[in-house]
Amino acid sequence: MVERVEGTLPAEPASTFWPVLRRLLAMPLSDPFAFAGLAIYLLFVLVALFADQLAPTDPMEILFTKAGKVAANASPGAEFWLGTTNLGRDIYSQLVHGTQSALAVGLSAAVIVAAVGTVVGLVSGYFGGAVDAVLMRIADMALSLPFLPFVIVLTGFLGASTSNIVLAVALLLWPNSARVIRSQVLTLRERAYVEAARVTGASASRILFVHIAPNILPLSFVYAAIAIGWAIITEASVSFLGFGDPDNVSWGMMLQDAFASQALSRGQYAWFVPPGLCIILVVVAGFFISRGYEEVFMPRLRGR
Amino acid sequence: MAALVELRDVVKHFPVSRSLAEIVRGKHPAVRALAGVSFDVGAGDAVAVVGESGCGKTTLGRLMLKLAEPTAGTIAFDGTALATLAGDSLRGFRRQAQLVFQNPFEALNPRFTIYRAVAEPLLNAGVDRAEHMDRVVSAFRRVHLPDVGRYLDKYPHQLSGGQLQRVVLARALVLGPRFLVADEPVSMLDVSVRAGILALLREVRDAMGLSAVYISHDLALVRYLCERTLVMYLGRVVEDGPTEEIVRRPRHPYTRALVAAVPVPDADQSRAPLPIRGNVPDAREPPSGCAFRERCPHAMPRCAVETPALRSIGERHRMACHLE
Amino acid sequence: MILEVERLAIDYATRAGRVRAVDGASFVVPEGRIVGLVGESGCGKTTAVRAIMGVLAENGRRAGGRVSFKGQPIDEATTRRHLWRDIAYVPQSAMSSLDPVYTVGSQLVEVMTRRGGYARAAARARSAELFELVGLSESRLADYPHQFSGGMRQRAAIAMALALAPSLVLADEPVTALDVIVQRQILDMLRGLQRRLSLSVVLVTHDISVVAYLCDEVVVMYAGQVIESGPVREVLARPRHPYTMGLRNAFPDLLSDALELVPIEGSPPDLADPPPGCRFAPRCPFAMAACSATPALIADSRAPGHVSACLRDGEVEQLRPLALDPVTWQRSSSYATS
Ligand SMILES: Nc1ncnc2c1ncn2[C@@H]1O[C@H](COP(=O)(O)OP(=O)(O)OP(=O)(O)O)[C@@H](O)[C@H]1O
Ligand SMILES: Nc1ncnc2c1ncn2[C@@H]1O[C@H](COP(=O)(O)OP(=O)(O)OP(=O)(O)O)[C@@H](O)[C@H]1O
Ligand code: SF4
Ligand SMILES: [Mg+2]
Ligand SMILES: [Mg+2]
Repeated sequence: MVERVEGTLPAEPASTFWPVLRRLLAMPLSDPFAFAGLAIYLLFVLVALFADQLAPTDPMEILFTKAGKVAANASPGAEFWLGTTNLGRDIYSQLVHGTQSALAVGLSAAVIVAAVGTVVGLVSGYFGGAVDAVLMRIADMALSLPFLPFVIVLTGFLGASTSNIVLAVALLLWPNSARVIRSQVLTLRERAYVEAARVTGASASRILFVHIAPNILPLSFVYAAIAIGWAIITEASVSFLGFGDPDNVSWGMMLQDAFASQALSRGQYAWFVPPGLCIILVVVAGFFISRGYEEVFMPRLRGR
Repeated sequence: MAALVELRDVVKHFPVSRSLAEIVRGKHPAVRALAGVSFDVGAGDAVAVVGESGCGKTTLGRLMLKLAEPTAGTIAFDGTALATLAGDSLRGFRRQAQLVFQNPFEALNPRFTIYRAVAEPLLNAGVDRAEHMDRVVSAFRRVHLPDVGRYLDKYPHQLSGGQLQRVVLARALVLGPRFLVADEPVSMLDVSVRAGILALLREVRDAMGLSAVYISHDLALVRYLCERTLVMYLGRVVEDGPTEEIVRRPRHPYTRALVAAVPVPDADQSRAPLPIRGNVPDAREPPSGCAFRERCPHAMPRCAVETPALRSIGERHRMACHLE
Repeated sequence: MILEVERLAIDYATRAGRVRAVDGASFVVPEGRIVGLVGESGCGKTTAVRAIMGVLAENGRRAGGRVSFKGQPIDEATTRRHLWRDIAYVPQSAMSSLDPVYTVGSQLVEVMTRRGGYARAAARARSAELFELVGLSESRLADYPHQFSGGMRQRAAIAMALALAPSLVLADEPVTALDVIVQRQILDMLRGLQRRLSLSVVLVTHDISVVAYLCDEVVVMYAGQVIESGPVREVLARPRHPYTMGLRNAFPDLLSDALELVPIEGSPPDLADPPPGCRFAPRCPFAMAACSATPALIADSRAPGHVSACLRDGEVEQLRPLALDPVTWQRSSSYATS
């Protein structure tokens, strides 16, 4: 009898995480908005990967005309697709390279926000008591900080590098995800099957990571997708205000250069419209994806 | 025979959110879920706990399994106070005391296959993996799920309620426990499959010599499970005795009302007015003296001042009432 | 007959395909009677009642059959006109369907002004009257639902159903989640109301003890069909359908001497793919070859008295004593050929 049964079993019991992760990764296929968002990201990822091949020149290189003069404020054309800046740099090349820093900022902020928020939310919600009180007070403090001023002050202190901007954004955004995940854990903790795991002697870490965590993975994804957009907007704003990394080409920096050199009054639309559009596209794509996760995995949130 | 589980003056309060007036007056209101419960469960005994919703049955079961801590009083398992258990001794206790849930659809992790669910206690108890399969299969046989192979790699949503409750029971039995708490084990099941689960609960209890506590609000069902019944009212045990006596000759005024209220599947049953008044009082502010007095048709002045203690009124029969 | 339901069929469109949740159910409600509609979870009780009221879920559709109210056929469109005025409905879990942000009184007034064309003052006066009728104190009209206990909320839901003085009340599981003492109080109140207001009532429940306590007639459903109906006393004392016989054995009885409950092995069929013949055949100890081939339906629901859909109804006097023996219901045994 026992022998007969053995053949039907998977050798190692399947993980609880993989099925959830598979569904999460496959979600954009079922939601048209999220699919569009994902397509936009894929496009930008390709551009970022092949930036060196796509950009005709180095973005910071000062270009000269055949006559040997600086090719400043050239209008868009066959030679310079989007024209050049007042310092004779190729705008198209800057736009292409700006993609790299935008994605780097967005994705690293997303990973940090999701990871920190998830772990804090899980621990805080499950253990409660003093741990919870301390973590949630810290979260409240982080939430009460004014967003942009904090980023500017922090980058002023630690230096105006891209990684510091990411750090600042992560510090500001993790509490949102942590709080929502915590409240979800509070309800999951009361579920009968979690109680059942306790009765059968499961350790706290097993209950947290095997029984509870797979249910909040979708929330982590939502907050990661939201963080991408926020981080990119923040980086752009900070650069636009002139507090960004001066050595790094980014869309925000392009906007700042254009603004400072009064490109608008010269009617040099090709300088500031494309980076502005790119920022909007990436942020909207992030919103579409996060919305898709909410619709598919948390239908209760709809209509709020 | 020495008792396996002993409860002494167990009290459990739950804090409730305070109104502004209560904050100003420095009051800390609490739901008195259990207000001093004492009884023993002997080895091999089956005890039913009945009473209306909110009288503290589930709280009692959770305390006996150390899923929550009492506010006051002690609970001992096999001579050891539950409050002192931690680490290895707690794990040892978890192997011996198990729970069967009310809602089998909720009691199993929807992401676990049936095999994983039933093997989980073995994993947590550190049983050698090589033994898992054998022990799971024998637990399945015990709960009469023939054709084990058909179930093991299914997920909970693929089984019916009756099958799931058998799986939940298999999980509870797989470590060979000595003590089982079943909280409303059949109330979510269809009438036609209930009887099978009840018979099964009785059978495994006899076969494995388990001590068991069955929690139910349905006095009619309890008769088919336990020889002994505790009747609870507002956090207290008001009557404790052999089930047949409680059903046929209830003594406490509350038990009398409870028994009279149970409908029976017979068109010619009694439709006399119930010997009870009003509604269950707020568990935050139970009446002084006997908690039942405001609803009791026999209440006397003494009932308002003196809380009746559980006293013996016959062989293995106790009640908490001032009536003779 | 205040209500006649004939061969009612209801489909739900689901992802897995069409589910016929009610399939040819026929029953009648005589004027001034309390009829119990019993059956296990998922057998289609709520679906049948909601179809009569014309308030099916979005994916539900009436696929056939006739419903007549006081002799007039009513279809999905015309039921809405009767809703609340002539026929009232106390939905399953009505207790939790009260709106938490309005007082119970204002919700009562709302029903009367919106549906019944009452003026506000008249509606308020009537609310007080209704509360008295269902045994609630008038002062509680100003309370919010969370300030009510489960039993009080159920009373309020019944008051709301009675607001426009209907002649037929369909109550879906009105006492299911309640404690026995509260349950008894509600049942006694329903009986009192029925007498005072000469109502006709359909009481949906899965508890045959509740039917035995309160109802005059009983309609037993199994897997979307009515399999037996008749006067309660008759049906409980001399069940004709093997399912009802099995249910009697499986049902706990506080006063019986038998200390054994006998389960009906197996479980109800999947309604997306029901068995072709009698739906109970796979679990029936008396099933013959014909039972799995010939659909069994009650021929004429208007025939007075006690009727059963069983194909072996002619042998019922022989089967009934066999059904009392627990051995009959064990998987291995079968009286198919006896
Ligand atoms: N975690 C909690 N926090 C606050 N109050 C609680 C908690 N658990 C239970 N209570 C309260 O304690 C009392 C007893 O609850 P308990 O669940 O033990 O009752 P019960 O007899 O099991 O009822 P039921 O038959 O409805 O399951 C109730 O008043 C309930 O509201
Ligand atoms: N909106 C719906 N869509 C699809 N299927 C449904 C829907 N509502 C009910 N069903 C199915 O129809 C069948 C009958 O359901 P119904 O709610 O009428 O049963 P019931 O007898 O009232 O059960 P219960 O005692 O659980 O209330 C069930 O199999 C149910 O799963
Ligand atoms: S003690 Fe008094 S009030 Fe309480 S049940 Fe007995 S007679 Fe009634
Ligand atoms: Mg309970
Ligand atoms: Mg229903």
